[in-house]
Amino acid sequence: MNFDRELDARGLNCPLPILRAKKALGEMQSGQVLRIIATDPGSVKDFAAFAKQTGNELLSSAENNKEFEFYIKRK
Amino acid sequence: MSTTPEIEALIQQKLDELLPQKLEALLAEREEAKTPSMTIIATKGTLDWGYPPFILASTAAALGWEVTVFFTFYGLNLVKKDISDLQVSPIGNPGMPMKMPFGPDWFKSINWNIPNIVQTNIPGFEALATTLMKQTIKNNGVASLAELRELCQEAGVKFVVCQMTVELFGFTHEDFIEGMDYVGAASFLPVAQKADVNLFI
Repeated sequence: MNFDRELDARGLNCPLPILRAKKALGEMQSGQVLRIIATDPGSVKDFAAFAKQTGNELLSSAENNKEFEFYIKRK
Repeated sequence: MSTTPEIEALIQQKLDELLPQKLEALLAEREEAKTPSMTIIATKGTLDWGYPPFILASTAAALGWEVTVFFTFYGLNLVKKDISDLQVSPIGNPGMPMKMPFGPDWFKSINWNIPNIVQTNIPGFEALATTLMKQTIKNNGVASLAELRELCQEAGVKFVVCQMTVELFGFTHEDFIEGMDYVGAASFLPVAQKADVNLFI
């Protein structure tokens, strides 16, 4: 999937992945896509809730090798 | 004019049918458009208890909420200029696991059950526990308290401080970070009244 910006949140724990993602999205244009890689297992539900609450669209959420990958489209 | 009561009855009936639906839709619309808000009363001044208010405040701000944190009593310690000296105490705190943040996995998993009477008689026990806690925080990729506090401020979380406890504990405004509002309970409560979420920590 194409993306405009990437955020490496590996090794970071709650709530840092969400806070860093919020900051990155804030610096992006509407419609651009942010790719996030995280290792915090709690981030799967947290990013879904974050997207729902903020109106940014969670395009995909996947796990491979204990790493979690999210694509979020800026509102 | 003999039809008037019938027309009125008809209007009444239509209104009874339509009003609840309309009201429901309006309320849903208003709920949707409303910015959620939260207030937190932060009353504890130890390294461990500093985390919940700053984590919840920064996360709520990231979700787009309006957040106010009221620091009172020992919570004042969380807004002092330097918070690197905050300590954690395992004494009389049976819920706190005592695990080592270094060594092989089998060693790290041991929970050191040290009786209170021993803890209180070892000089510097709390300082040691604090050092170990800070290492554990770092090992787990958890933000430092100062970092979380900064993230709160960047995200526009409003910090208000209880003026009464500032005086009670002999502090001055110089002891605290910039951008604080010094208020009393009467200023805080109306803000809390309007908030969707109120937490006492």
